[in-house]
Amino acid sequence: MQHQKVIPIVPVPAAPEETVSLYEAHKKVYPRSVTGLFARWRWAFVWLTQIVFYGLPWLSWGTENGSRQAVLFDLAARRFYLFGEVLYPQDFIYLTGLLVASALLLFLFTAVAGRLWCGFACPQTVYTEIFLWIERHVEGDRPQRLKLDGSSFSTEKLVKKSFKHLAWMSVAMWTGVTFVGYFTPVRELGMEFLQTRMDSWEVFWVFFYAAATYGNAGFLREQVCKYMCPYARFQSAMFDKDTLIVSYDAARGDPRGTRGRRDDFQARGLGSCIDCGLCVQVCPTGIDIRNGLQYECISCAACVDVCDTVMDKMEYPRGLIRFSTQQALDKGWTGRDIVRRVLRPRILVYATVLAALCMGLAISLALRTPLRVDVVRDRASLARIVAGGKLENVYRLQVMNATEETQRYRIGAEGLPGLAIASDDEVSVGPAESRWVAVRLQLPYGAAPAGSHAIHFTIEGQGGAHVREKSVFIVPR
Amino acid sequence: MSDFTANFWSVYVAGITLAGIVACLLLLWITARKKIVSAADNTTGHVWDEDLTEMNNPMPRWWMWLFVITAVFSLLYLAFYPGLGTYQGSLGWSSRGAYDAEVEEANRQLAPLYAQFTARKVEEVAGDAAAMAIGERLFMNNCAQCHGSDARGSKGFPNLADADWLHGGTPDKIVETINAGRQGAMPPMAAAVGSADDVKNVANYVLSLSGAPHDSLRAQLGKSKFTACAACHGMDGKGNPAMGAPNLTDDVWLHGYGEQAIIAMVNNGKTNVMPAQHGKLTDAQIHVLASYVWGLSNKPVVVKP
Repeated sequence: MQHQKVIPIVPVPAAPEETVSLYEAHKKVYPRSVTGLFARWRWAFVWLTQIVFYGLPWLSWGTENGSRQAVLFDLAARRFYLFGEVLYPQDFIYLTGLLVASALLLFLFTAVAGRLWCGFACPQTVYTEIFLWIERHVEGDRPQRLKLDGSSFSTEKLVKKSFKHLAWMSVAMWTGVTFVGYFTPVRELGMEFLQTRMDSWEVFWVFFYAAATYGNAGFLREQVCKYMCPYARFQSAMFDKDTLIVSYDAARGDPRGTRGRRDDFQARGLGSCIDCGLCVQVCPTGIDIRNGLQYECISCAACVDVCDTVMDKMEYPRGLIRFSTQQALDKGWTGRDIVRRVLRPRILVYATVLAALCMGLAISLALRTPLRVDVVRDRASLARIVAGGKLENVYRLQVMNATEETQRYRIGAEGLPGLAIASDDEVSVGPAESRWVAVRLQLPYGAAPAGSHAIHFTIEGQGGAHVREKSVFIVPR
Repeated sequence: MSDFTANFWSVYVAGITLAGIVACLLLLWITARKKIVSAADNTTGHVWDEDLTEMNNPMPRWWMWLFVITAVFSLLYLAFYPGLGTYQGSLGWSSRGAYDAEVEEANRQLAPLYAQFTARKVEEVAGDAAAMAIGERLFMNNCAQCHGSDARGSKGFPNLADADWLHGGTPDKIVETINAGRQGAMPPMAAAVGSADDVKNVANYVLSLSGAPHDSLRAQLGKSKFTACAACHGMDGKGNPAMGAPNLTDDVWLHGYGEQAIIAMVNNGKTNVMPAQHGKLTDAQIHVLASYVWGLSNKPVVVKP
C-alpha cells in the first residue's frame, strides 16, 4: 500500500513575481566551518588522496639497472612505468579497462550512496577544502570573512588578503609541479624548478595546472559543480528511491520556528527544526537542504554535522538532517530497512560486472608476457627469387622489450615445410627498448603452391617469454 | 588555391564566417538585455504535460563574458591567421611555412650531430654504430619503399646488399647516385638484332654468358648478333658501369631471369628510374645514408679512437 501523504492546504498569498536577467551575477558563498563525524571523514579523505597524489611521484622503484621513479608516464619515450611494469602504448587496453572500472565503481557507489565521491574524494572538493582551511586560518570563519569583505580598504585587509593569496599560490604551484612530476622525473623537475631552468613545455604545464588549481579551488569552487561538472547532470540516471541522500526530515522538522531551549515546542505546533539557518551557512554550494534533494547538493554532509550539533544543544534526538533514502523518508523506515534495500538488482548487476572486469584486468596483467612483437610484411616487395632458386619474403619485426634488462630473443618461423630464416635469428634488445628487425624468410622453389600462406613467427626470450605472431608468406605465380 | 579561381567563393566563405561571429555576439547582446518574469518559487511559469514546470536556472554572468572573449578571440585570430577565404592573415603564417621552419630548425639542431660524421670518410662512418642507427632510419624512411627494408630489392629494384653495382659501388658513386638519381635506359633492340628467331638466339647466347641453362646451338648462332648489344654491354657482356649497362655474365637478373624475360627485354627495352634525393635530404644525411648503403656490402674500416 502506497501511503498518500496528505498535505494540509493553507491559503498562500499570490507569489510575488520578479523580473530577472537570463544571466545571474555571482553570489559568493561563505561556508561556515563545521566539526563532526562527516567533517572528520572528509579530512581523512583529504589526507589520504593528497598523500597519494603528492607522495607517489617521489617513490622510487629498484631495478637491476638502478632505481627509477615508481610511477612515471614518459610521454616523450612512450613508456609508462607502473611500479614493476613497463607498459607500451600498445598496452592502452589496461588504461581503458581502468577507466571502465572507475566508471562502474562510480555507478555502483552512486546507486548505493549518492554523491559521496563529490563530497569527500573529488579533487574539486578536496582542493576547495584545503583552500578554505587556509582562508579560515588567515581571515577567520564565516562572520569575520563576511565582515572583512564588506569592510573598506585597510592595511589589515591588504595584509590578510595578500597572505591568503600567497599561501594559495604556493599550494597551487606545488600541485602543478607534482602533476608534471608524473610525466617527467620529479626530482630533476624539482631542481629545475628551483633553479628556474625548466623547459618551455614543463613551464607551461606547471603554470597551467597551478592556475587551474588556484582558480578552481580559490574562486570557482561550487560553480564547477553547478555549471561545469557533467557528473552532476547524469547522476539522476543512477539515483533511485533507495539511494542514500542527505535529506531533511520534513515530517519531523516542519513547521519550523524559533524557540527557547526549554519551550514545549509541540504545544506551540512546531516541529524539531529551530530554523537557525546553520545548515544553509555551512553549505559549500549555498543551498538550503530543507527544500529537498537538489542537483547542487554534493553530499558532503556538512549540514548533517552542524544540525546534529544543534540537536545536541537543544537536547533533541539527532538526525533531523541525515543520510536516508527517499523511500525511508516516505515510509518511515529504520536503518535496518534501508540496509535491506541495498541489495537490489541494479546494485547486483553493477557489482557483478565490476568484479568480473577487475578480475579480468588483474589476471591479464599478471599473465602479461613482458615481450611484444608486431610483424609488418615488407611494403616494397611481395616476394622475390634469390640465388639458389629460393623464394624470399621480407618482414619487419618490431620487438618490444617490456623488461628492464637487456634481452636476447630467438626468432623462428613455422607453417610451411622447408621454411627457413635467411637473416640473423637472434636479436638483442636493450631495457625497455623496442627495435625493428628485418627478417628474410626463404622457401625452396616449388615447396608450396602459388598464393598466400598463413605462417607464424615465434619469438622466445630467455626468461620463458614467448610470443607467436601471425603473418603470411606469398608465393608468386 | 584552385578552389578559389573566382573571387566569389572567397568572399562567400569569409562572409559566412564573419556573419556567424556577429550573430553569436548579437545573440549574447539580446539575451543579456532580456528580462524574464520569475515567480517566487523560482519557476518561469512555463508548464507542460500537466505538471512539468520550468525552473529558472540562470547562467552565471561570467560565463557570458567567456562567450564574449571567445568571439573577440576568433576575430583577432582571423585577423592574424588565414581563415577568411583567401585572406592570408597579417602574420603571413602558412602550414607549409610552419613545416619548412620546423624542418629547418630540426636540421639546425642536428647539425652538430651530423658534423662528426661528415668530417669522416664513408668507409669509417660505416663502422660507427650510432651513425648506422641513423642511417638505417634514413634508409627506412626514404629508400625502403623501393629497395625493401633489408635493402635487397626485388624485380626491377636493385639489390644494394650484394657486390653487383650497375653504376659502380665506390662511396663517391653511391653519393652521386643518391644525390642525382639514375636513369637506366635500355632501348628496344629487336630491329637491330634481326628477326624474332635472331632475338631468341641472342637470348640464348646471353644465358650462356652466365652459364645458365640454354640451347647451345642457338647460343652459337646468336653470338654474331650480340654485336648489336656490345655497344653497351661490351663484347664480353660484362657491362659498363659508366653508362649503367648491367653485367650479363653474373647471376644477377634485375628484370627477370630466363629466356622469356630476356626476349621481352630485347624486344621492348626498359626505362628504369631512381629519383634524385638531393633537396629532399641534406648533404650530411646523404653522407650517412651512403655510408649505410656502402656498409651493407663492404667491410667498414673501424677506427679505434
